[in-house]
Amino acid sequence: MFGHKNKPIRYALQAVNYTIFMALIWYFATAPSIRVLAEDEAVITIAFAHAGELLEPCQRLSGEELAKLAPNMRKLETCPRERSRVIIEATLDGKTLYSETLQPPGLFSDGGVDVYFSGSVPAGKHDFEIKMDDSVRKEGFNNTSSQVVDLIPAQIMLVVFEPEKGFVVK
Amino acid sequence: MLVNPVKRTYLALESWFNISFGTQWNPLYHLGTLSFFLLWVILVSGIYLFIPFHGSLAGAYNSVEYMTHDQWYAAGIMRSLHRYASDAVIITVLLHMFKEFASGRYRGFRWFSWFTGVPNLWVIVTIGITGYWLVWDELAQYVAIGSARLMDAIPMFPGAMTRNFVAGEMTDRFFILIEFLHLLGQPLALVFMLWIHVKRLSNVEINPPRGLAIGTFIALLVLSLASPAVSHGPADLSTMPQVINLDWFYLNIYPLLDVWTEGQTWMLTMGITLLLIMLPWLPPKKDGAKALVDLEHCNGCGLCFEDCPFDAISVQARTDGARFETEVIVHPELCGACGICAGSCPSSNPFRTPKGDLKTGIDMPQLTVDDMRKKTNEAIAQMDGDTKILIFGCDHGLNVNRLDSNDTKGIRLMCSGMLPPTLVEYALKKGAHGVMVTGCRHNDCFYRFGNRWTKMRFEGERKPILRGRADRKRIRVHGGSETDKNEIEIDLNAFRAELVKLNQTEKNSSGKLN
Repeated sequence: MFGHKNKPIRYALQAVNYTIFMALIWYFATAPSIRVLAEDEAVITIAFAHAGELLEPCQRLSGEELAKLAPNMRKLETCPRERSRVIIEATLDGKTLYSETLQPPGLFSDGGVDVYFSGSVPAGKHDFEIKMDDSVRKEGFNNTSSQVVDLIPAQIMLVVFEPEKGFVVK
Repeated sequence: MLVNPVKRTYLALESWFNISFGTQWNPLYHLGTLSFFLLWVILVSGIYLFIPFHGSLAGAYNSVEYMTHDQWYAAGIMRSLHRYASDAVIITVLLHMFKEFASGRYRGFRWFSWFTGVPNLWVIVTIGITGYWLVWDELAQYVAIGSARLMDAIPMFPGAMTRNFVAGEMTDRFFILIEFLHLLGQPLALVFMLWIHVKRLSNVEINPPRGLAIGTFIALLVLSLASPAVSHGPADLSTMPQVINLDWFYLNIYPLLDVWTEGQTWMLTMGITLLLIMLPWLPPKKDGAKALVDLEHCNGCGLCFEDCPFDAISVQARTDGARFETEVIVHPELCGACGICAGSCPSSNPFRTPKGDLKTGIDMPQLTVDDMRKKTNEAIAQMDGDTKILIFGCDHGLNVNRLDSNDTKGIRLMCSGMLPPTLVEYALKKGAHGVMVTGCRHNDCFYRFGNRWTKMRFEGERKPILRGRADRKRIRVHGGSETDKNEIEIDLNAFRAELVKLNQTEKNSSGKLN
């Protein structure tokens, strides 16, 4: 069991082994390649953070109520912590692209939600609509946006929500 | 005897490597040290690459391109070595795991090494993943988004990591964090975990044989020159890469995200990890009885402490008031029940107390040195013929009772290293014409050092040595696994033929003297 007795043959066999080892590395280091996106596809990504509206409006305290509080705890308003769920719906050419109801995170359901969606769609012109309902105190979707978008292959169309501007397509 | 198919496959692979590399350089016997060597290559090449690397979103890609193309002869080669050595280490680590699994060296007292080894694979893979980020090409973009999706799926994280990778959001700060992780945080974690991994071993080796290291390095260098590592196009968060040449050694999990949810992908990876971690207990293995110290016969010489492969013995100040300064104690939870300590104890001398029970300083309850002496006497008494051969065989190699015949008897040991050299001398003196010792294949002892210590003891290089009065021509050592019966039989027959000649020569010379 001390190896092939003929040294040149032993070295040749070693070379064969090293070649197999390196061939394995060489091949699987880059292959087989994967297709992430078809040639005629683009991507729509919806990504933003948003806090739903407070479940209950803030209450202004009366003078009597304020007087009952310790001086260092007196605030003019008291606000509940819980926030509303956020409902997002996006459609492309009338078909649902993304639809989700996100519950506010946190022990007291008081955090903002992180919206993230990314999906491939055919490149070209489309009717794109996105709407969001972030308040249980109002009926229906209170933020909407619709527009015709022209996507080129491999493009990532990014949709964000900015409180001052509403939905922005980048 | 049936050998399970997994072990048979491993042994066949091992045999092939023994033919081409010999037992000295067989890479399967040095998978751990080979992995360490590859980590050295990765470290040195990584330090070199760090010098010209520009750690920013805007500069990273161009600096890597500069290294790859403008300075292909230095930094380019270093990059390729860095990449290919990283890939190679995945192969050596997986083979290391396969070997330990196939040969049953992951259960019982060995659970700790296995249990602490599995997370190392995780650390190595995550180092590779962050390394791919740093190139900041299309592949990095693909990996970064996939990683962020996986991180966001973990409930304890706030869930906003993916938003870093939408156009205009990615910052240098985040990139530098990844750089810090890859260059310092993860490698330090790996070093710490590797230290834990080998904590229950003694005489830990971290360097492979020089020939194997040189061969591996040359092979990596040739590959680096023949097919240098290159980048994809630069990362652009406003477009999606269409085709990715994936490194399957590190990034194999990401394509799953195209068909599975992040949760399913986590379940698969964590499920495989948990299964691997739990393997030592599926089912659990009961070790043999642990070594016991008999202070009455222990002079605290410490030979057993030096020979124990699993750090299960320590030396402490004498507690029994005897005139010796030290004594040894056995830590049962670390003891592998191999008996190497009994073989190393100078008190394990069968010539002592020829009539009564043979007591020794450290012994195995399930097969004491006294038992070995009794079995030796019985075997010699049972044999007849002119070539009585007594075979001491390790139970992790061939069952030597399969070689029993009129003139050949086998005595099974837990490890060849538990054989006191004086017992070989004793057997020859008591009438055996030859003594053969079989263990695992050379350099591949189930208990790490059993066959190595035996060889060194017989050659006078390690205490307790085989004394000069034992005729070396009548002693044979053959390493072989349980599938090597034919080879061992061939060697046994050759040994028998040599003994016939030797007997004849001795007969002739004694005749002349008369």
